[in-house]
Order: sequence, then C-alpha cells, then structure tokens
Amino acid sequence: MSGGSHQGSGGGAGRGEQSMVPSAEPQKYDSYYGRPVIKAPVWKTPDVPLYLFLGGMAGGSSLLAEGAAATGRPGLERVARLAAASGAMGGTVFLVHDLGRPERFLHMLRVLKPTSALSVGTYILSAFAGASSGAAALEVTGWFPRLKRVAGLGAAATGPWLATYTAALLGNTAVPAWHEGHKELPFVFAGSGAAAAAGIGMLLAPTAEHGPAIRMALAGGTAELVASELMERNLATGHGVDLAEPYHQGRTGRVMRAAKGLTVAGHLLTLLGLKWPWLRRLAGASYVAGSVSLRFGIFEGGKASANDPKYTVVPQKARAAARGERKQSGSLA
Amino acid sequence: MTFSPTSLFGRLDDVQSDAGYAEDHPPRMGFFTDTSICIGCKACEVACKEWNMVPDDGFMLTGMSYDNSQSLNASTWRHVAFIEKPVDVPVPAGSGPSPAASGTDLGMPSVGVPQLPLIGDQEAPSGDGGIRWLMSSDVCKHCTHAGCLDNCPTGALFRTEFGTVVVQPDICNGCGYCVPSCPYGVIDVRHDDGRAWKCTMCYDRLKVGETPMCAKACPTESIQFGELTELRERADRRVEELHAQGVEVARLYGRDPEDGVGGDGAFFLLLDEPEVYGLPPDPIVTTRDLGSIWKHVGMAAGGMVALGVASFFGRRK
Amino acid sequence: MAEAHPVGFQWVVEAKKRGATVIHVDPRFTRTSALADIHVPIRAGSDIAFLGALVNYVLQNDAFFREYVVAYTNAANIIDDNFRDTEDLAGLFSGFDPEKGHYDPVTWRYEAPEDRSPDEQQRLEELEENETGGSEHKESHVAAQSESHGSGGAAVPWKGRRDETLQDPRCVLQILKRHFARYTPEMVHEVCGIAPDDFTKVAEALVRNSGRERTAAFCYAVGWTQHSTGAQMIRTASILQLLLGNIGRPGGGILALRGHASIQGSTDIPTLFNILPGYLPMPHANQHQSLEEWVRDDEDKAGFWGNVRSYAVSLLKAYWGEAATPENDFCFDYLPRVSGDHSSYSTIKAQIEGRSKGYFIVGENPAVGSSNGKMQRLGLANLDWLVVRDLQMIESATFWKYGPEIETGELVTEEIGTEVFFLPAASHVEKAGSFTQTQRMLQWRDKAVDPPGDARSELDFYFELGVRIREKLKGSTDEMDRPLLDLAWDYPVDEHGDVDGQAVLREINGTGSDGKALSAYTELKPDGSTSCGCWIYCGVYADEVNQARRRKPHWEQDQVAAEWGWVWPANRRILYNRASAAPDGTPWSERKRYVWWDAEKGTWTGADVPDFVPDRAPDYVPPEGAKGPAAIGGQDPFIMQTDGKGWLFAPVGLADGPMPTHYEPPESPLANALYGEQNNPTRRALTTPSNPINPSYSEAFPYVFTTYRLTEHHTAGGMSRTLPYLTELQPEPFCEVSPRLARERGLTHGDWVTIVTARTAIEARVLVTERVRSLRLGDRFVEQIGLPYHWGGNGLTTGDSPNDLVNVTMEPNVYIQDKVGTCDIQPGRRPRGPALISYVESYRRRAGITEEET
Repeated sequence: MSGGSHQGSGGGAGRGEQSMVPSAEPQKYDSYYGRPVIKAPVWKTPDVPLYLFLGGMAGGSSLLAEGAAATGRPGLERVARLAAASGAMGGTVFLVHDLGRPERFLHMLRVLKPTSALSVGTYILSAFAGASSGAAALEVTGWFPRLKRVAGLGAAATGPWLATYTAALLGNTAVPAWHEGHKELPFVFAGSGAAAAAGIGMLLAPTAEHGPAIRMALAGGTAELVASELMERNLATGHGVDLAEPYHQGRTGRVMRAAKGLTVAGHLLTLLGLKWPWLRRLAGASYVAGSVSLRFGIFEGGKASANDPKYTVVPQKARAAARGERKQSGSLA
Repeated sequence: MTFSPTSLFGRLDDVQSDAGYAEDHPPRMGFFTDTSICIGCKACEVACKEWNMVPDDGFMLTGMSYDNSQSLNASTWRHVAFIEKPVDVPVPAGSGPSPAASGTDLGMPSVGVPQLPLIGDQEAPSGDGGIRWLMSSDVCKHCTHAGCLDNCPTGALFRTEFGTVVVQPDICNGCGYCVPSCPYGVIDVRHDDGRAWKCTMCYDRLKVGETPMCAKACPTESIQFGELTELRERADRRVEELHAQGVEVARLYGRDPEDGVGGDGAFFLLLDEPEVYGLPPDPIVTTRDLGSIWKHVGMAAGGMVALGVASFFGRRK
Repeated sequence: MAEAHPVGFQWVVEAKKRGATVIHVDPRFTRTSALADIHVPIRAGSDIAFLGALVNYVLQNDAFFREYVVAYTNAANIIDDNFRDTEDLAGLFSGFDPEKGHYDPVTWRYEAPEDRSPDEQQRLEELEENETGGSEHKESHVAAQSESHGSGGAAVPWKGRRDETLQDPRCVLQILKRHFARYTPEMVHEVCGIAPDDFTKVAEALVRNSGRERTAAFCYAVGWTQHSTGAQMIRTASILQLLLGNIGRPGGGILALRGHASIQGSTDIPTLFNILPGYLPMPHANQHQSLEEWVRDDEDKAGFWGNVRSYAVSLLKAYWGEAATPENDFCFDYLPRVSGDHSSYSTIKAQIEGRSKGYFIVGENPAVGSSNGKMQRLGLANLDWLVVRDLQMIESATFWKYGPEIETGELVTEEIGTEVFFLPAASHVEKAGSFTQTQRMLQWRDKAVDPPGDARSELDFYFELGVRIREKLKGSTDEMDRPLLDLAWDYPVDEHGDVDGQAVLREINGTGSDGKALSAYTELKPDGSTSCGCWIYCGVYADEVNQARRRKPHWEQDQVAAEWGWVWPANRRILYNRASAAPDGTPWSERKRYVWWDAEKGTWTGADVPDFVPDRAPDYVPPEGAKGPAAIGGQDPFIMQTDGKGWLFAPVGLADGPMPTHYEPPESPLANALYGEQNNPTRRALTTPSNPINPSYSEAFPYVFTTYRLTEHHTAGGMSRTLPYLTELQPEPFCEVSPRLARERGLTHGDWVTIVTARTAIEARVLVTERVRSLRLGDRFVEQIGLPYHWGGNGLTTGDSPNDLVNVTMEPNVYIQDKVGTCDIQPGRRPRGPALISYVESYRRRAGITEEET
C-alpha cells in the first residue's frame, strides 16, 4: 500500500507488470445487476462541453491577443481580444445555467478551496473574465491603450490556466476514462484550446495577419492529436480492461473520430491555405469544429465509462490483486 | 487547521483536528453494518426518509429481487441491496462467489430477453444446493478522505465535529461536482430541487446525543452506531466469530484506516465480494492524485504559453 | 417471521448468535430463510405429513422424553375398545356419519372405568343418552363450540385407566405410533417434496435439541392455520413438542405468530361469533336456556376452568352492572345466542342470499383481505346498509363504484342498493389503548396526537353509538329493548376529552365488591359480588396501576423481563411452566431451570409466575370427587385440561379426529398418497355460485398457488399502499415462480402474467426466482406460485387482489379458509371487462365444473 505520497503512479498500480491480467481477454466480473458503481456527472449537455471549449478557446485567444499586440497585428489582436472576452462571458453563462440553483452562483466565491479544481477554476475564470473583458472593452472603445495591455497581460497570464484547469476538473473525479487519463488530458486540452483560438483567428482576422495563428493552429492541433493518442493508448493497457473503449464506441466514438478528422482537415486546409488564403477561413472553422467535437467526445466518453460498472470493477480488482501479490512476494508495499 | 500529506490520503487518525476542530472535539462516530444479520426489512430506508423528510423516489418494480430502491442517491440515503445467488458448490474458505454464480443477473424488465438465473440443479430432488440471499443496507461511507468534500467549491460540504461529512442545503448551489467525485457513487443532485443531498448520519440527532434513525430502527442491530474505534474492534471480533463458525466468506469492507480512502466512517461486514453488492472493490479517493494532476496541468499550461510565444517567431505572414 | 414480524425476529437472530439452530420450513425461500441454518421447501398444505413423520421418527427411534411423556401427557391412557384409526378405515376414524359429514367422538373417549364413581356413572349415562340423539353434539360442533372450551380442552368425563409402561396396544402412545407408522421420510418425499436427507437433518436437529438440557421451539403463522386441516397441523406440532418434552419449558413451546399487531386482543376480547371475552362460549339458543345450563358442562371441571361460573357471572356484571342480579340470572337472558354457524364466510353467503341486511366493517378490508373477493363484494352489494370505519378509503367501501365486478358488468353501480356510511377512524397514535400481541402481552399506548378532522377512535364511536341508541330507546316498555337500556354504559372522559380507555381497561380487569381493582382471576366470585370484563385479563390493573403500561427495559431485568407490559393470564410468560420441573418438583436441569418447588417454603417459585396452584406439593393426589382447582394433582401441569395432562390423543374437542391426519387441500394437483380419503371429511363447503371449486388433480389447473405477505406491506394494503415511503419499496403487484415453471409456460421475468382459477383470473408481474423451488414429488414436479396478497384497486399502487382467486372451504373446528389452491398461469395481461367472465368460464368448462356443482 503506497504511503502518503502524492506522487503515486496514478491510474493503475503496477502498470506493465506481469501480474496484471492482459486486457485483451474479456474479463469476468460481478456487478450489482449491471448497474453503475459510481455516478456519472449530472452536468448538462451542451452547457459543460461548450464551456470546456470556450475556456480553451478563450485561453488560447488571450495569448494570441497579447502576441498580436506586441508584434503590431491589430486585426488579429482585435479578433483575439473579442474572442477571449466572449469565450469567458459565454462560458460563464453556461456554467451558471448548469447549476442546480443558478441564483446561488455567487456561492462559488464563498471559499477558495485548493483541493477543488472547480473552486480554483472559479477564481481563474473570474480573474480571466475580468481581465479579458476589460481588455476587449478598451480595445473596442480605443481608450487607455496601456491599461488595455495590462489587462491583456493579466488575461494572458490566466488564460492558459483557464484552458487547462478543466483537465484537472475532469481528472480529479472517480470517472475512470478521465481519472486514468489525467496525465495526458491537460495537454489534450491545451492543444485543443490553442487550435481553437488559432482557428478563430484564421476565420475572422485579416489574412495578412494570419501567420501566428497558422503556426499556433498547426502546433496546437498536432499537440492535441498526439496527446489524445498517448492518452488513449495509456488508457487501453494496464488496467485489465480497455478504458479508452468508451471513446471509441457508439456515438461518442463517431464524435471523437470526427474531432480528430476535423483537426487533421484543418491542417490540410491550412497547408493548402498557404497557397490559397481563402482556404484558411475554412481551416479555421474546421479547427473550431474539431475542438468543439473533442470536448463533447471527452465529456460523453467519461460519462459512458462511469455508467458501465466494468470500467470501475475490473481495474480495481486487478489493482488490488497486484497489490496483494506484491505484498506476498515481499516487495515494497 | 493542519494540512499535511495525510490530509488527502493515507492513514489519518484524527480527521476532525485535521479539519480544524479544537482538541476537545467529540470522538469520531460511525456505522458498522453487519450484513450477516440483515433481514432486508427496509426499516432503515423508511425511518431515514421519515426523519429527514426525504421525498419518495418513484414507484417502479425493478425486478432486481426485492430491491426497488435501486441505489443510493439524492432521495435514497439508506439502500437495501438484495442479491440471490444459487449455491451449487460449497463456498470454499476465503474465496469469492462460486463460478456458476458470476454475473448473477435476474434480468431487468423490458430489456430484451432477460437471462434466467443459472439453474443449479432443478432436475435433482428439491432442497439440495439451495440459494443464498444476500441483503445489505448501504449508506454514505463518510470517508476519512472524502472526494465529495475535497471537491466541493462552495464549502457546502463540510466535516462535522463527529468526523462525518454533511452537505448544507442552504449553501449548495447544485454545481454537481461532488457527484462524480465519490468513489462509491453515493451523493447525487435532486433534479427538481437542484441541490446535492446525502446521508448526514442524522447530524441533528448526533448533536443532542441521539442515535441516527436507521440504527435506531434496525430491529436486528445489523446497523450499529457508535464510536468508530469501538465499532472497528467489535467488527473484528464478529468476523473472527463468523470464521470460527465456518463462515469463511465473511470479511470487513472499509474498516482499514490504511485503505484508499483512509477507512470509512461507515463500514461493513460483507459475505461476498464488494462488487456483488455494487461496491467498488478497491476505492481510492481521487484527490490522492491531486499533486500529479496539477503538476501535469501546470506543465500543459506552461507548454501552451511556450507554444503561444513561439507562434510569433518566424516570418511575418 | 422475518417478513411479517421483523422486530420480533431480532430475538431469533440473537438466539442464532448464541448457537441456536434455525430451521425454516416454507414453500418459498424468504427473508427468514436467508438467515436460517436450514431451509426446507415444502408443498403448501402438506404440513401434517411432514410433522407426522417427525412424530413417527421420534417414536420409532425411541427419542421421546420418556419421563415427561409418562408423567405429563395422556400417552399412558387407554382408549375405548371401539376406537378405529384411519389405518383401519382408509382415512376415517370411527364414528363418521357420511350424511351429516361429522364425527361422533364417543368411540374416541378414554376407556370407561369399570369401578365408576357416582359422578362418572352419571356422565356415562348422559353420554349414552346423547349417543342416540347426537344432535346436541352436532349442534355444538356446527356452532364451533370446540373453540369454546377455554384454553384447555373439552371435558373428559373420567380420567381413566393408564398403563405407564406404554406397552398396552390400546394406550395412546401405541395408537399414536400405529397412526403415524406410514409417515416415513420416503412418504414425506412423495407428499411434501422434501428430500429424505433434509428431513433427517431436521429430525436429528430437533431430537438433539430436546430433552433435559436443551429445548426447541416452533413458531408458526398462517402457513399452518389457513388450511382445511389447520387446527390439526398445529395439533401435530403440539404432539411433537409434548413427546419431546418441550412444552412449558424455556426456549420451548409453540408460538403462534399472529397476523396483525393486536389480533390476539381481538380474540381475547373477541370479534368472533362464537366466543365471549376470555374464551367463554357464546350461549347456544337451544342448549343453554339458563345460566345454569350454560356453565354446567364445564363447571367443576378439574382445573381453573372449573370456576367458569365465576368468570361468566363476573362478565355479566361487567355488562349489566346493577341490573344483573342473582334473581334474573345476572341478565343471562340478555346475552345474544348462537343457533348455528354465523361465521364470517357463512355470513357472506347469508348476505348474498338476502338473509343478512347490515354490516359493520371496522379496521378490516374483506374485499381484499378475505378469501374469494367476488363473494365478499356480492355480499356487500346485497346489503341494506354498510358502515365502514377506516383510516383510508378502502376497497370494501368503494366496491359499488370501482372493483372487478363493476369492470365486468356483474355489478352495476346504479343497481346496488346498499347504503354505505364511511366514517374516518383514528390511527393507533391518535388514541390511547392497549395492543395484545402474539405473546399474549398487553402493551398500553398513550395518545400522541389528536386525530385529524372528524376521525375518531372505535371507543369513542361505539360508546357514542350506544349513547344515541339508548337515547332513542329511552322510556320504551318493549322487553326487546331492556338489554340495551340496562347496560352499564358510563365511562369517564380523560384529559383529552376522549372516552377514557384506562377506565375500560380497569373494567376489563375487574373490580371487587369494594369497587377496587382486582389482582387475579382467582378472586372472581360466582355470586355477583365481582365484576370482570375478561377473566384472563384480570390482574392487568392490579393495585390500580395500569400494568400494561410498564416499560422497564430488558437490560434492567432478567430474561423473563416480567416488568415490561403485562401478559395474560396473571403476567405468566410461559404457560404450563409446571412442566419445566420434573415430577418431583426439581428442575429438569440447571441449564433449563425455570419454575420449581421450594420444599422449605412450600411454594412453587422461579423466574416466572408459576402456572400452578402456588402451594400444591408435587406429590399431591386429589381426593375422589374433587372439583375445580382442587382436582389438580401435583403432577398435572396442563391445568386447563380435566385430566391435567397434555393430550397426544384428543378424546373429545376436535371435529376432525383425535389425531392429525394428512388430507390433501380441497384443491390439489395430487391424489392423497396416504389414504383413500382425499380431503378432510369434515370440512365445510360453502355452496354459492360465486364459490366453485377446482376439481382435484385437474389438467386445467395444474399448479399450486399460495398467498403470503411481504414486510413492506400490511395486510390488505390500506395502511401501506396509500403511503409513498412503503409503496416505493414494493411498488407493483407481483407473483413469484420457479425458473422451471417460467420455461414451461413461457413467462418472462418482470412481464405481466395471468393467473386463473374457477373463481376468476388476476394479473400480476412475475418474478422468476430460484427462491421458489420446483418440488419433485415421486416422478413428477409440483410447481408453486407465490402471491403477496396485499393489492387492491385503491391507493398509490393498485392491482388485482390475489384473494379473489381463493375458494372458500372451511376448516371444521374454527371455520377458517384455506390459502392454498390450484390454478393455471399464462403469460400476458388478463382480459378486461366482460371478456374476463368468458375467459374464466372457458377454464371452468375445461375443468368440467358445471353450474350444478357451484
């Protein structure tokens, strides 16, 4: 039994050790009439998946905005600032709407609880929303340009956290397909957020200022694809059952494949768009759609992994068995 | 308030002090549910609902043996599970259910063609083989390391001076984060009400030195209430007693303060594997991995910044 | 017991923890079985075969508690030479009159002694007189007087000759042995479906746990009582327990688990037609034309029952107070009489035939809870008036508007002339009063809240009804009205403004000539100086204290816990506890000491109130001609019997035989494997068109069904199907079948099924479960369908009532119905409306049931 360390090997003890039952074979397991062991999130669709998307997109946009401001790309800067602010505002609306008691949304600010990603995220979002809205307002009105930069820098400082903290939000639950993927998921979200922000830029900003957006989209989209692949591979092995399965089956499987396809299409269109600029708009839209789809896929996939007891029971039994064997063989508890 | 590595994971003997209570706090109170003497009467379910004014949960015949409450949720805080298992081989010492009994599924109504249970030996003279009927009253575990409590952003969930975990309905705004945070699938949001609800271990009754309603109502004392340390000792003795009587399958669940949630404030004596009752075989509080989680988030955020900055280097285009 | 008495079951769990073996015999595997050590599935209704085989096992293996049996039972008694057993007469005893359908028990009696005392001679002559007429005996049985002989048996005219070596072929033990000789484990397998190994396991456990050092207890409920041989099923257990020496001993005995929290009280202070409080018999119109005639049969009978005159007169004084004087026989003439069978089902038949016009239904729901619902509702529809008092709008009150017969058109609302009065009733927390539960314990409940609206308690209602009736009759000169006008009808009102229940309890307890509460029924007098509403309850208000209200926790008392509540009689917790000591008065063992003779003090002493004359020495022999309590010998623990012994053989008192005999239930898929006589020959059929019976072993109705209870619901459902918290626990009506039956009939777990008998068809959801075992009897399987009977048309959860399926054939001693029958089961929902009638008729035709047979 690992002691009080927070640096435990995360999902699945003994990953890769021979004492684990290979997940290729269908596992025999008991359950209570096939009912879920844990409870799937009660969060609403489309509210929460859209919030995930908007947070990522807004976070990426805040970086794009500051970069554009620093390198004299006013068209891109304006688009990015507005995108960041609307993302933050829109996201906040969805979050409040998702509450069981929306009129009590301010209760989120009663405490700051470091152990709760939702609590931490509330403050990140508040700070970001304030900064990005301020920056956007000043952008639109043209007043106090230096204040605008300060606000913008504040947004850029909190933006990446806004884009990635949601991976902690999802990962710090009992949901198997999220918790066991908690190492890779932040990178998936970071990449996706960057691609989405860049996509907005490519969609709406003047083509002359596309450069950074293109680079960000290519890098972000690739990061998203690579991190997803890694996450799914790690989910599939070492747990006794394929935890990536919920992301591949049924409608969720189609959405996830669509997400990846749209991102890849975005890349293709971007590369083609180097020659034919108008294709970049299409690429931008593709990246945005891909990012939205990805969030829906992750969300639904997680819920599916919570609803089927096999994803909870089999890995836990394997883990307990491995621990028992390690104890028996005298190796480190 | 102390905050140490064991605040989130590992053995924590004084959970109330860790939560910030003064030294003279009351002893930690808990439940020991001995399912070997549960008669499935459901007095616990009714008594709980009556005292706590929990609404009824809908009228549906589930076909899950005599369990029509289905699971713990926002409007069922004590849930009696029923599992019928054919016994065609004697259950060997120390092992789990017989092979023939795996995946016991009496079938849910209107879900295709349900599986009839394995027959055992209906061709043989009656009375042999036989059947086991496991019954168990499930409840919130009031974990030492409670995922719901760690994740509640409003402070609605809090640790009481008795070491229990309680939701304050006047603060909860129904964000629902506690729901997937629970490794046992206990807490839930009441849909027409919007807030999260779960067992309070009758906090109002504890405050006046009274016993929670389920324990009070249980006729066979399957549900036992008292100081957690004393309950653990009692449970150890009971398991020994059962083993001596040849009931090798008896085991404790959630008793061990070194387990994945630091031990449960409400723990059980089971007569089969936990998953047979719908319980997780090896629950670990999700916040054990909090450090790793934020570390990777930080790395990703940093990576995103780097990516963002790097995007602006290169030819102007 | 875990299903229906979950709180009481905690003591079984406690016993099990301390090493007791728990055996559960039941057609289904219930929540009791889940905690039992051994579960024995049995074919419903075949219990006498099983218990009789246990008796046989004990006798064949010489495993009976010899000292106990010789000293305390009538095992040694010699029976009349003319007695013939079922072994001789293909399933009948001697004395059966096939025309009249009943027995004359004269050949069952103890052999008449050759040198007779004058009393015995007189009795013999009386009996011989009756032999020729026999009409009195028949009347007596028709009027269920067998139940009226108090807690003991009917009187035997003499104690008779005994052979304590138990060798005489005509002694009871040998007769018993012969009677049960063919009740072997193999026979049990063939009749009950119980494997010989399981049978042996049970028999060995019983024997191992009986004797000086250990005792075994039986607990039973309606799985024994609700049969056409119900009384005899319980008798078989009594015989077994007497043979094993388990009666009157701690941890032994037979506990009747009653079906309702105070139903014991409603037989003690009875709501049954044939008894008065304390099990005094209702006087018979022909046989008892005076007080003298009424008490004569039992007066001076050996034992405390011999003081019946005191109990009877004190009761009359309680009813008519000042007006009851020695000159007018203490108003004996005012008591209503029985003239025959006025039992529940016969009354329904009378309602259907227009002979009974009015009905009070108080805290009961016969449209759901009584057998043959259609018959009940047809009766209700033919009344002039009906009063229903209940907490909820029960089906018996709404039969005219909703109900199966309205749906089929057999009854039409506009054509029903019954005037229905519905009066809301107070619940048990809204009034003060006592419950008498299954252990004979009275527990007083205080009032907690006022009843809502117009709801009132029964006490308030009946008292007020009496006041108003008497007001209307005031000044009448008609003799008919005197019984009402002369009633002692004054009760004080308590602090809540309710009629004072404690005053009523005190009246039940009884008062002496000084007006003070009595302490024991031995204080009751025959001369009118004492008044007592129920002699067995005398003592509940001793010392002017409501003893039933005592609540000293058990952890502050010994295991008898005599200071919790009050048990009748005399707060005696175990009856016949003289038997817990050996004939010489010493305890059978240290481990099982309970009550014993203290020679120094010259009294019986012990943990409980001794059930014996306190100062009667163990070696006391009653003188010739002794009467009443004086006739109790020092070794006669069964003080309510005239001979002071437990009766292995009942020479008199039971309508269907001196010993239990296995007969098939009136509806059965099998022929009687033991005898040519298929069914109980003295059973009472109820012929009315709505009560046809399925023929035995009929192809149309190949399965057995039996009704039972669930923990979550209460009787006919008025108090549970109307509450959300209970309804959600068992939200829909269902039946339980074995997987084999499901395969045979194509039934799918969770789907609807239809169950049909000659009476009607109902629908329910089906749970396919291994807890219902297919029973193998010989070379065939017998399938049983289990039906929780709680459902009816009103409430949060509604459904068809399983009791609508049941045929009414009555047990001959107490007129109880059977809850077992035969049926068919088919997948799918039942036909609705008039189509239901034709569906049922098609089955009747297939079974060959013609109109004439109904």
